[in-house]
Amino acid sequence: MTEPTQPLFEVFVRAKRGLSHVHVGSVHAPDATMAVRNARDLYTRRQEGVSIWVVEASDITASSPDEKDSFFDPAGDKVYRHPTFYTVPEDVEYL
Amino acid sequence: MYGNDFGDFDDPGAGPLNAADTGEVEAAAAHADRRAELDLSDFDAIIAADQRIEPRDAMPEEYRQTLIRQIAQHAHSEIIGMQPEGNWLTRAPSLRRKAILIAKVQDEAGHGLYLYSAAETLGITREELLDRLHNGKQKYSSIFNYPTLTWADIGAIGWLVDGAAIMNQVPLCRCSYGPYARAMIRTCKEESFHQRQGFEALWDLMRGTEAQQAMAQDAINRWWWPALAMFGPRDTGEHAVKGGHTAQSMAWGIKRFSNDELRQRFVDMTVPQAERLGLKLPDPELKWNEERGHYDFGEIDWDEFWRVLKGDGACNAQRMERRVTSHKQGAWVRDAAAAYAAKSEGRKAAASNEGSAA
Repeated sequence: MTEPTQPLFEVFVRAKRGLSHVHVGSVHAPDATMAVRNARDLYTRRQEGVSIWVVEASDITASSPDEKDSFFDPAGDKVYRHPTFYTVPEDVEYL
Repeated sequence: MYGNDFGDFDDPGAGPLNAADTGEVEAAAAHADRRAELDLSDFDAIIAADQRIEPRDAMPEEYRQTLIRQIAQHAHSEIIGMQPEGNWLTRAPSLRRKAILIAKVQDEAGHGLYLYSAAETLGITREELLDRLHNGKQKYSSIFNYPTLTWADIGAIGWLVDGAAIMNQVPLCRCSYGPYARAMIRTCKEESFHQRQGFEALWDLMRGTEAQQAMAQDAINRWWWPALAMFGPRDTGEHAVKGGHTAQSMAWGIKRFSNDELRQRFVDMTVPQAERLGLKLPDPELKWNEERGHYDFGEIDWDEFWRVLKGDGACNAQRMERRVTSHKQGAWVRDAAAAYAAKSEGRKAAASNEGSAA
């Protein structure tokens, strides 16, 4: 192929005000401005969103599935980070 | 908007109108990943536990190739499928029908794009996928090689072809490959409108003049058998075609039901709808089998199926010619957009260089 390849953008859509942007898929586009327009046409044809983010897929740094155990292990033994860890008298309210 | 804009639509009966309305899609969408808690170590364990394989997981090469082939051919079908319907855009009988048809054709493009994106996560580029369509290395559904001769064909495509597609696609929402499953969930939610609008178009024709009724019947006569063939070759019992992919795909959790099972379900669901419409399905052997609890139906002309799939349908050449031509004619748009992107990028770089120099 001699044609220039269009970079891949990952698309995030905010379904309504007050919610976070959520990843919905990807689009190809020559640049970010066009990616937003393509994403509008592809992912919000039925009013599924009020705001769109796009980010070039190659710019995303992700944790590796190979190291899932070692990478997330440090959080595994820290149950005291959860409120249910603590014992309090049953007759105390609002706690 | 869709789902609440059917105007004078007269509800044709009780129960879900199509397979996308039975809650299966919602159930698949609610699938919660339990891989972390189940501590699944490898591909086989993930498949056995009915969890999803994600793009960066290790997977057998044949699994990857099977998915690339299936997803790509599915994507190609959506894109080529725009043509038979696009044929009636300028001749839709009312502004309402025209707006609906434009939205539907646009959806087909969208479905194709969801699927191409899913295929790309398996390590193949969009350009390669399009090349394989254009040079005939990958196929698309044989149904789109039949012509749309009258307006009623648009109704028949929506009701039968999209109905069959939904029947196929709903189980794919639970496919073991995550990106494909997610693309199917989006697609099925949209496809439901496609089938209902087709039914409604036929419903209106059947309540119209004799000529309109005859036009609807003629469309069903031509589309019924190709729609049944959409489920693919027979893959169960003594008539099963050898060398098919069904068994392996089912073991991998890509396919959930055999072609024959889905075809039977489609027939069972469609016959009462045809009766309600007042249309006669063109199969003298079609009748309820009390013992089986299913409709019996006649044998599909498989010679025709293979002939059309291999390129000898009424419209194969036209579909491919139009596809390749439109891709070529769009080249200048892609070139211009790329040139503009490069220029903007250059300006940005120049500006930031000046900034750092100052």
